[in-house]
Amino acid sequence: MALSRVRTGIVALIFAVGLCQSFSVQATDLDTVNFSSVASATELEDMRARVARLAGEDAAVQQQALRALVEVGDVATLDRLEQVLENADRATRVAVKPIKTLLKNKLSLTSNDEAVRRAAASDLGASGQAVAVPWLEAAAAREPQYWVRYAMEESAALLSLVGEDPVARAAAARTLGELKSQNALPALKELAQQLSGGAGALNANNLVRSAVTTAIERIEVWSVWAGVFETLFRAVSLSSILLIMSLGLAIVFGLMGVINMAHGELMMVGAYATFMTQELFRAYLPPSIFDAYFLASLPIAFLVAGAFGLFLEATVIRFLYGHPLETMLATWGVSLVLIQLARVLFGDLTAVTAPAWLRGGAQMLAGVYLPYNRLFIIVLSIVCVVGIYTVLFCSNLGLRVRAVTQNRNMSACLGIPTRTVDAYTFAFGSGLAGLAGCALTLVGNVEPGLGQNYIVDSFMVVVTGGVGKLAGTIVAALGIGSLNKFLEPSFGAVYGKVLILGLVLLFLQLRPSGLFAVKGRHAD
Amino acid sequence: MGENPTDSASVKMTATVSSDDAGSSRRDFLAQGARITAGVGVAALLGNLGNWALSYAADKEPIKIGILHSLSGTMAISEVSLRDTVLMAVEEINAKGGVLGRQIKPVIVDPASNWDLFAEKAKQLLLQDKVAVVFGCWTSVSRKSVLPVFEKNNGLLFYPVQYEGEECSRNVFYTGAAVNQQAVPAVEYLMSKEGGGFKKFYLLGTDYVYPRTTNKILRAMLLAKKVPEASIMEEYTPFHHQDYQTIVGKIKKFSAGGGAAVISTINGDSNVPFYKEFANQGLRAEDAPIIAFSVAEDELRGMDTSALAGHLAAWNYYQSVETPQNKQFVANFKAYCKKNNLPDGDKRVTDDPIEAAYFGVHIWKQAVEKAGSIDVDKVRKAVYGQKFLAPGGEIMMDPGNQHTHKPVLIGEILKNGQFKIVSRSKGLVKPEPWSEYTSPDKGCDWITHQGTYSKKG
Repeated sequence: MALSRVRTGIVALIFAVGLCQSFSVQATDLDTVNFSSVASATELEDMRARVARLAGEDAAVQQQALRALVEVGDVATLDRLEQVLENADRATRVAVKPIKTLLKNKLSLTSNDEAVRRAAASDLGASGQAVAVPWLEAAAAREPQYWVRYAMEESAALLSLVGEDPVARAAAARTLGELKSQNALPALKELAQQLSGGAGALNANNLVRSAVTTAIERIEVWSVWAGVFETLFRAVSLSSILLIMSLGLAIVFGLMGVINMAHGELMMVGAYATFMTQELFRAYLPPSIFDAYFLASLPIAFLVAGAFGLFLEATVIRFLYGHPLETMLATWGVSLVLIQLARVLFGDLTAVTAPAWLRGGAQMLAGVYLPYNRLFIIVLSIVCVVGIYTVLFCSNLGLRVRAVTQNRNMSACLGIPTRTVDAYTFAFGSGLAGLAGCALTLVGNVEPGLGQNYIVDSFMVVVTGGVGKLAGTIVAALGIGSLNKFLEPSFGAVYGKVLILGLVLLFLQLRPSGLFAVKGRHAD
Repeated sequence: MGENPTDSASVKMTATVSSDDAGSSRRDFLAQGARITAGVGVAALLGNLGNWALSYAADKEPIKIGILHSLSGTMAISEVSLRDTVLMAVEEINAKGGVLGRQIKPVIVDPASNWDLFAEKAKQLLLQDKVAVVFGCWTSVSRKSVLPVFEKNNGLLFYPVQYEGEECSRNVFYTGAAVNQQAVPAVEYLMSKEGGGFKKFYLLGTDYVYPRTTNKILRAMLLAKKVPEASIMEEYTPFHHQDYQTIVGKIKKFSAGGGAAVISTINGDSNVPFYKEFANQGLRAEDAPIIAFSVAEDELRGMDTSALAGHLAAWNYYQSVETPQNKQFVANFKAYCKKNNLPDGDKRVTDDPIEAAYFGVHIWKQAVEKAGSIDVDKVRKAVYGQKFLAPGGEIMMDPGNQHTHKPVLIGEILKNGQFKIVSRSKGLVKPEPWSEYTSPDKGCDWITHQGTYSKKG
């Protein structure tokens, strides 16, 4: 009978590889699992034999078994492997694990999910298993998405680079050079070192060597340019964050002259408004439109923070106009109250989940990603700047605001309700802070102390730019952001920051009124 | 009147001190001697009376203990949970009849994440409230700030958080991990075949004493294990750092070609921007795993974990540890939080410092029972070698160096904010306050030596 044959086969095998201790368990296990299908039982036996050889000592035998296993690899093989491994000892499991991953990755190459295909390709490239080369090449040939194809080609070339055939190796090196693969640089460098060492006299090796050196050069030149591009993007991104944080302050502090120490807490209010919107969407609306919560939260954050600002102005700041020190102390107190209030109300269980369309990044060049959340903030800050200019220069309110800023008494004489204008201006500035808070949830976390992290930077930008000039704020944000990002790679985050503060201090010594000083007599 | 034994002792003290001022003539000396003897006798009698009165009242007089955790300010996010844990342990002990037949009465103070205030509040607990023991502190800065207060007044502090080592105070029991019980085995795991055989290490931390000291030890260890200098990067960011673009870019370059891991000692609110940026720039846990020493379940419940899943952490306990006593402990903690209407109620989770804070209270209780007294020096001696079946498994206090023998567990972060344990140490790991890599000739022992000693001498 087939079953008894299977059993004797297994007994022989197991004895052969010295796994006798688990014999009885495996045999009975097989009885229970595979009574139904005899064919599958023979296959299982086959699999067992291969697995046993894999766990053996001899490297050549191992390699052969591995090749045999993965060549036929499909879903069924994986299943059977799992079955065989269920009762295997630890050594076998460790030996088979890389094959399991290899097979899984091979299957993932045909997945429908772009990210899965791509991850599988990079994993195969790092696995060092030359068997994967044909799979990768086949997958690359039918791959529609550019960067996934890139990953497949890169991995295939990486694997062929360590092969035997000098022509293939040289070709792989050339491909890697063409692909400008950052991932290949360490491997290429190592190879160059090996080749320039001992047995470099052979012609075949010379071919590889020249290909490798050109590839290294190409990649290195490329990486310099990619680095410049990345640094530029980072500079723009940080500048946009600084800008969006400071815009509200530029209005409240710059135009109105109110030193609002609670400005950071208005950002926090915006961030919590975003959190609340998210929670409401999660609780009351279908999950299919959940990702839209972030768009909804933008106006909500603006309005909530604006309303907060209106309330703050009416209850505290209104009575302290013209008393900067008192305003500072009072708003400082308000900020402490708000922080503790947020802690009491929300605790620490607050995380804003970025919507799916703002997660991950767009790959622009080899190794260069532009995260969507940062792109979004850049766009948002541009929209804000445009919005502010429109409000200030194209609207009735803007006209009044500018009038009050320039000469309060004269404006009052002309019938402008200065107090109302003050209230609206303050609310507008607060609303902008709320918007910033909403945007900041994309890069940071939502916690009561959120505003404290940003308030110093905001003041720095506004003061450096020149109080009372919006253009100054924009230029200062760009300047400080860029300087920070250009200094950070060589000085590190800590000293980069110290240096920035030092430079700003120095700059303010030379130009106490900032980049764009208000010229002429400042009537107040 | 609570501290009657000490009162009577001080009476005796003054009596003996005054005998030193004995007059010059012999007769005076004798007369004075007689008076002093009588005085001492009376004092001793009073003392005994006091003692007797005290033991009579003992059933009612509770033992005061101090809780010194920030309930407001930046550290509140982590420390409030420890206060809750200590209170829960106290409630458990009181429900079973207390210690030495006396109930425990916690005195809670709020040092508000302010390091100077920590020292002030510690002084208040020791001198004004006269507590028998203090459970408290989280950051190393706060511990360093209260240390002189405890040493000067001979107080007793149970410190429940992993820390950088290089400390050996007689007045502190460290129930968290020393560096050789967390960071060092974590890196050893990453270097092992099972852990992925990583060859390049990016040491990234917040700029203060814990990351700096830990990384100093890790660097020494990596160099000792023949990892070339070029394969180790070390970088620090200021507190509350938010912009990790450049650093993640550097990591990407560093990890190109594989074989690199990030060892993160980033603390507090910088973690979220870091992990987010890491994921957004297209890096995966498979390319370069981040192993963190300051990210536990309690921090994870406030984070969006989608960017963190697959990365690693090293601790001595996880909520997911499967022991019967842990299941009970987790259930008890959730029930306690719900019953007392604490924020988030039964959604609360336990983690390593919570477990360490919990068994710290029980260790102290056992030691008090063994010593039969709450006197600091007696309790301290009784703590040495004390064992307790903690939620994560049995732990043991070291017989001399004030630290705790604990298991080391490496966990992988899951989407639900819990950990899957991927590796665990064989048995308990002996704590080494002085790392064998940076201070091979130093040891810490309060039985055979006076604290820190030189192994050479």
